Amino acid sequence: MPVSLPYALTAELTHRCPLRCPYCSNPVELQKKENELPTDMWLNVLEQASELGVAQIHFTGGEPLLRPDLERLVRRARELDLYVNLITSGVGLTDQRASRLAEAGVDSIQLSVQAASAELADSIAGFPAHELKRQAARRIRAAGLPLHMNVVLHRANLHLLGEIVELCASWGAERLELANAQYYGWAMRNIRQLLPRREQLQEAEAAYARAQERFGDRIELLWILPDYYEEFPKPCMGGWGQLSLTVAPDGRVLPCTAASDIQTLSFENVKERELAWIWRDSPSFNAYRGYDWMPEPCRSCERRELDYGGCRCQAFLLTGDARAADPVCVRSPHRGIVADRVHAAAHGDAGLSVYSYRGR
Amino acid sequence: MSSRALSERPRLRSPGRMKYDKARQTELLLLPERVVELNEAAGAILRLCDGQRTIVQMIGELETKYGQSGLENDIVEFLAASADRGWIE
Repeated sequence: MPVSLPYALTAELTHRCPLRCPYCSNPVELQKKENELPTDMWLNVLEQASELGVAQIHFTGGEPLLRPDLERLVRRARELDLYVNLITSGVGLTDQRASRLAEAGVDSIQLSVQAASAELADSIAGFPAHELKRQAARRIRAAGLPLHMNVVLHRANLHLLGEIVELCASWGAERLELANAQYYGWAMRNIRQLLPRREQLQEAEAAYARAQERFGDRIELLWILPDYYEEFPKPCMGGWGQLSLTVAPDGRVLPCTAASDIQTLSFENVKERELAWIWRDSPSFNAYRGYDWMPEPCRSCERRELDYGGCRCQAFLLTGDARAADPVCVRSPHRGIVADRVHAAAHGDAGLSVYSYRGR
Repeated sequence: MSSRALSERPRLRSPGRMKYDKARQTELLLLPERVVELNEAAGAILRLCDGQRTIVQMIGELETKYGQSGLENDIVEFLAASADRGWIE
């Protein structure tokens, strides 16, 4: 199968973060500061990525503002004519930092929010961040940058969806991602506290439709589906090693941010290998390209070109075999694993939110 | 946009940007969460959406560039579709 060129690179500059969200997309094994790539290696990664065909960089973490070299990396990315997106909690975004980042050439900033009220938001984040986010939103706009926001939706905040949209609109957001939690790493540890009931989701979808009507002309709303409640899996990452890649804080190169969960694969590192080789030739990036690796029921399924068998990380986490059909699929022999969790959510205690927080 | 006057001056909607991609040898429209690979004609039209040129001027420049006349309908139609997708304003 011919290898396509990647459009986007997610640069996880650090796993350090003042927030401790119970659904954090970082792996459970967080990289320490001393393992982070130094500035010159990140600069080199940007150059290699641009050469390889990457057009867009997402600087994220952890909290990328904890890297004092962030402005320098942004500036270099813009010199290479890359589109620069910064994904941040907003904590640490002073007036000065916001204007320096704008001046360095950030194209857009995505600010996270946890809930509509400070009390709930701070209990979800495990840190008093909400007021700092409000200030960050103002600073982003004052620096002349478009404000994009995201919220991860789960059991404790789904019923507040209307208020969350209203809050983001009042902060001046032009775009808001309403992302239902996905159950990997930290979110899997906290699934009992996070996974909503079906009725909750249906109410939230109705609230989403109302918000579209009310705010749709002011703010672009995106609804990211809760895949446990779907019949068929998501076309994860547009296929393994097809559109984008992630460089983790320690320099390992992954087909997606959750891929380090797949313990049966080993991932190459930019300290040892060229990015182009890793993308084109490494065993990890080629492991699930195309269709030849698929066992049944995916192998003979007419949907395989729509969803590529779903998510490899989810298949590994739930079945122990990364080649298996994503258990979200009704045709998967392991669908019962997802059904059991959905059943447990329906009968669990909705009020209890004692999270397993990540360390800092 | 379908009713847009030819005297209007469309521009790329912020924070979108154009990029000529050497690796793919094609024009790309870069958006915060998306990259759109454009064909040559689409790239040439969007390159002229700078908020300075009127649609009439764009048509004139493109007809000269490609040595063709009668491009108005195609260009106006493409601009309308681009506005619907939120690429230009």
